Amino acid sequence: MRSHSPLPRQRGLTAISGALALIILLLIVQIWLLTASLESFLAGHLSVAVPGAIASALIFLACLGLYIFILRVDREVQQD
Amino acid sequence: MKLLGQNREPLWKEEFSVFANDERYVSRRQFAKFLVLTSFGMLVGNVWLLLKSVFLRKEQYPRQAIATVADLAVGQSKTFSYPTADDRCVLIRTGERRYVAFSQKCTHLSCAVYYSRDENALVCPCHKGYFSAQDGSVLQGPPPRPLPRIVLEQVGDALIARGVQVNGGSQS
Ligand code: FES
Repeated sequence: MRSHSPLPRQRGLTAISGALALIILLLIVQIWLLTASLESFLAGHLSVAVPGAIASALIFLACLGLYIFILRVDREVQQD
Repeated sequence: MKLLGQNREPLWKEEFSVFANDERYVSRRQFAKFLVLTSFGMLVGNVWLLLKSVFLRKEQYPRQAIATVADLAVGQSKTFSYPTADDRCVLIRTGERRYVAFSQKCTHLSCAVYYSRDENALVCPCHKGYFSAQDGSVLQGPPPRPLPRIVLEQVGDALIARGVQVNGGSQS
């Protein structure tokens, strides 16, 4: 088992900011994905919807993972 | 303060800290939550598109008599509804033996297009979008896609609509 040394406040804040920046990047990609899928759907290319939905689900899972990371860092910092 | 033996601060204290330093954590955490919810919303959008395209693939269009060949002279047009009463379309006789029909809904912002005989084009009055009367392709203006085409069939004197073709992808 790893020993539990609380994160220093400033490092915690930097880690959270990094994770936030990543989430924002992923979100931009997801917005682009949604508009591209919608555009193809309206243009009658129905086969694009499947890869679009899969990629969007993966991006959402990555965002969720980063959010859980932020919560963990947050909790560790509070023990500081 | 421990709440009922839990190893955490009570929620109100976590969210409304009296320390200015903690405040930054709260705002970042809440912002992250908001972003993740936005991401979930976009996933819902993609899944909705997926479901729609699955059901659209299975959609069957009815066969519907929309006019007779004697109804239109060359260069004339006529509106009709297909496949439902809410889907307005326009039928054009472009030649002695040639009839074409398109959805009237502009692919830009859904204004109703009309056939202009002088310009031999389908015109959208909202933002001056022009579509070819031959194949529905965009000639000028902001519309991003061609007009959906109604698949026609001539049986004797009757003109029958039997499907909708969106941008070359047949859905008849
Ligand atoms: S709605 Fe038709 S051009 Fe804008």
